[in-house]
Amino acid sequence: MKTTRRMGLAAVLFLALVFALPLRAQSGAKALAIQGAKVHTLAGPAIENGTVVIRDGKIVAVGAGVQIPADAQVVDASGLEVYPGLFDPVTTIGLNEVGAVSATVDVTDLGDYNPELVAATAVNPASAHIPVTRASGITHVVAAPGAGGFDAQGGGVIGGQASAFHLAGWTMDEMQISRSVAMVINWPSIVTRTFDFPTLSFKEKPYTDAKKEYDKAVNDLSDLLDRARHFAQAQEKGSPAHFQRDLKLEALVPVVEGKLPMLVIAGEARDIRNAVEFCAKRNLKMILADGAEAWKVKDLLKEKKIPVILGPAERLPLHDDDAYDRPMALAAELNAAGIPVAFSSFGASFSRRLSQYAGTAVAYGLPHDEALKAVTLNAAQMFGLGEELGTIETGKLANLIVTDGDPLEIRTQVRYLFVKGRLTSTGNRQRDLYEQYRKRPAAAP
Amino acid sequence: MTRIARLAALVVCWLAPGAARAQNPSVILIQNATILTVTHGNIEHGSILIRDGKIAAVGADIKAPDGATLIDATGQFVIPGIVDCHSHIAVDGSVNEAGPAVSSMARIPDVLNPEDINIYRDLAGGVTTANILHGSANPIGGQTVVIKLRWGQPASELPFQGALPGIKFALGENPKRSNFTPPPGVPQRYPATRMGVEEVIRQAFTEAREYKKQWDDYNQRKAAGQPNLIPPRRDEALEPLLEVLAGKRYIHSHCYRADEILMLLRVAKEFGFTVRTFQHVLEGYKVADEIAAAGVGGSTFSDWWAYKMEVIDAIPYNAALMAKRGVVVSVNSDDADEARHLNQEAAKSMKYGGMSANEALKLVTLNPAIQLGIDNRVGSIDVGKDADLVIYNHDPLSVYAVAQKTLIDGQVYFDRQRDIARRPEIEKEKQALLDKEKKAAEEAKKAEEKEKQEAKPEKKPDKKKPAKPQSDASDAGVAGGAR
Repeated sequence: MKTTRRMGLAAVLFLALVFALPLRAQSGAKALAIQGAKVHTLAGPAIENGTVVIRDGKIVAVGAGVQIPADAQVVDASGLEVYPGLFDPVTTIGLNEVGAVSATVDVTDLGDYNPELVAATAVNPASAHIPVTRASGITHVVAAPGAGGFDAQGGGVIGGQASAFHLAGWTMDEMQISRSVAMVINWPSIVTRTFDFPTLSFKEKPYTDAKKEYDKAVNDLSDLLDRARHFAQAQEKGSPAHFQRDLKLEALVPVVEGKLPMLVIAGEARDIRNAVEFCAKRNLKMILADGAEAWKVKDLLKEKKIPVILGPAERLPLHDDDAYDRPMALAAELNAAGIPVAFSSFGASFSRRLSQYAGTAVAYGLPHDEALKAVTLNAAQMFGLGEELGTIETGKLANLIVTDGDPLEIRTQVRYLFVKGRLTSTGNRQRDLYEQYRKRPAAAP
Repeated sequence: MTRIARLAALVVCWLAPGAARAQNPSVILIQNATILTVTHGNIEHGSILIRDGKIAAVGADIKAPDGATLIDATGQFVIPGIVDCHSHIAVDGSVNEAGPAVSSMARIPDVLNPEDINIYRDLAGGVTTANILHGSANPIGGQTVVIKLRWGQPASELPFQGALPGIKFALGENPKRSNFTPPPGVPQRYPATRMGVEEVIRQAFTEAREYKKQWDDYNQRKAAGQPNLIPPRRDEALEPLLEVLAGKRYIHSHCYRADEILMLLRVAKEFGFTVRTFQHVLEGYKVADEIAAAGVGGSTFSDWWAYKMEVIDAIPYNAALMAKRGVVVSVNSDDADEARHLNQEAAKSMKYGGMSANEALKLVTLNPAIQLGIDNRVGSIDVGKDADLVIYNHDPLSVYAVAQKTLIDGQVYFDRQRDIARRPEIEKEKQALLDKEKKAAEEAKKAEEKEKQEAKPEKKPDKKKPAKPQSDASDAGVAGGAR
């Protein structure tokens, strides 16, 4: 008995060693210490000349007079600053390589209701977007199926389940933080005017038709959620004789139980109001995404405790007669109203602009420390990952960046990047091309 | 746009520039600013004297002339007005005449819309001059025009007087229609390959040369007094190409890949024309020496990539790399949104490629002005140039900079404080218009009902209300929320 246990232990130790090898090869030591930097923990005041110790992918110590373990690989970060890694919470990273080439795009499947689809299944760990995005200090993201953005057209009412993952790793299994963090809902909107790309012109339809389509979509969604609730009840009561498994309904069970949030993408005030009331009536957890006109419904958002993930702060106002700086000032206004705010790119290739959005919001009134949280902690909390990510605190995952300055400022460079405690390269395809072509000999005249 | 929105937009149109025109001072002194001249360094605590729309003096100690309007810019930064070398704002309707492969007869200057709200929005982002381009659906596209963002002025006042007109060319996926499916029943348009794109351009210039020969011949005979001459038939597609051959019209060519860039340079050599700018030119860094040797400008994006196949090798170091090899480089918007923060986009070349702050600032001021041939008028803060200026509250290459005032020809066309102060007034006026519209609709409905009743006096009004559909949509307040 004892021998078996000891052998088992030895086997575990052996396996641990084997699996730890690549980690050791990369980082060189079991523990890592970032030394001499100004540490912005976002959980308290910044620590001058601070040290962060990392072991087994986690932060094990933070402070000014922290003892560095003897086995630690030390990263000298004197004169530099440490921040939590940035988090882009609604993207198509890994699902969308080249926007116009459909063979490389897995964002949106056919059909309007696809709750059973999971982003993690299709995220390509070898995507060139991952290292490019990482170079701008983004250490983890959420990929949201069906979410539209600059790079891809979203679609369907239920896009699928969004997955959170680290922007480093050999396989999705290694990268995954959580396979399912939210159900993506493109809230239906009454749209009378749409842009038709093949003919490059606008197509109009009567309001009554658009309204009818809207009502049908919302009723169908409601109906599907009701069926999911009945399915959950039947399942709980030990599945009656003719109980048939239904993968779509099964996927919706955590939603109707209020465990999995609905990531509701809506921009116009009318749509936001309808979505909030829809979710409140059914006790569904909701995160609002986009929220272009969230300022018009901030009392309701505050009352129902709905957090908001905003799109690019610099985008155009929704309506011609909105104030020109409406989108830039939006985060400041929501934050002042006590509504948690995060920023997101809603795409892939512009994910690296995340900090630019937050910086712009600061220019228009958002406090700087809140802007930092809007690209780190806030979204982590929205997805239930606030205990693992978002600040530099003992016990949290060591997703960190070391910069030469304010991470929201355009000129700032990311010098070191840690994903799951591993010192990870900021190199990427674009830097390689730069290095390659800057060495091109002068062309013959 | 609904009628209400249109009315509301009109209110904004009237109000925003109103005061600027009413005051119209001829002598202005901007004081106590950090002046980023672009051409001769930065001046701390400097002043800019503006007289009759032109920069009359720049320096550290300029006294205010009597009667001058003073603008105190203590702690603020002044830069030359931003020049956006690739814009599609202020165009009424589509920017693409995508029918023929050669659409050089289509004229953007004829469809300028001075009421496009994006003029004001871009002005608020510091843009004072924009190169308004036709779309990229054709190897040879439509005619283009440089405008100043004189918000509130009629279309006739927008064009930049003295700026050479342009024509849009396009290479690669867009002109070969790779990412567009024609509507059912419409055949695919030639060309569908990069080889075809080249031949469409060669064919057009071959025809243009023949056309020129006909006219030269006609004019020669006419001058010789030959009687009964019939002039050649005018060809509106070829005439702009004659202007190109005569150096009177600039080619702004959309392109991405290195191979197609070299292709157009070859064709230009063959037919004896020059290309003024390569637009987008995201692989320009691969052939920067060739572009520089041909004297062509490169107008690019800061960090766009991966939206289609031909931009897979796009890198944010492009501007810096091209500049290092001697290309005059600008960073453009191609987008009403992007134009609002071109100062930030320029700053990215400091991060990617290590440009100096002044070189980065040039990417959106002096360099695009050179590319458009208007650098004698705009692009830097120098005596004699147009007083097109932007005042920022912070270093304009910082993400925290917000444009406070934008001047064109010495007139304040955008003033952030004034914009903010006007908002309640505009909101009130908008509400009044909405109320009026609502009231008018109610009255019209009443009148209609009354008419119905009078037409059929024998029939009593139906007491039964139509059954309301019990939908979740209606209980979610859809009807009430309708705008």
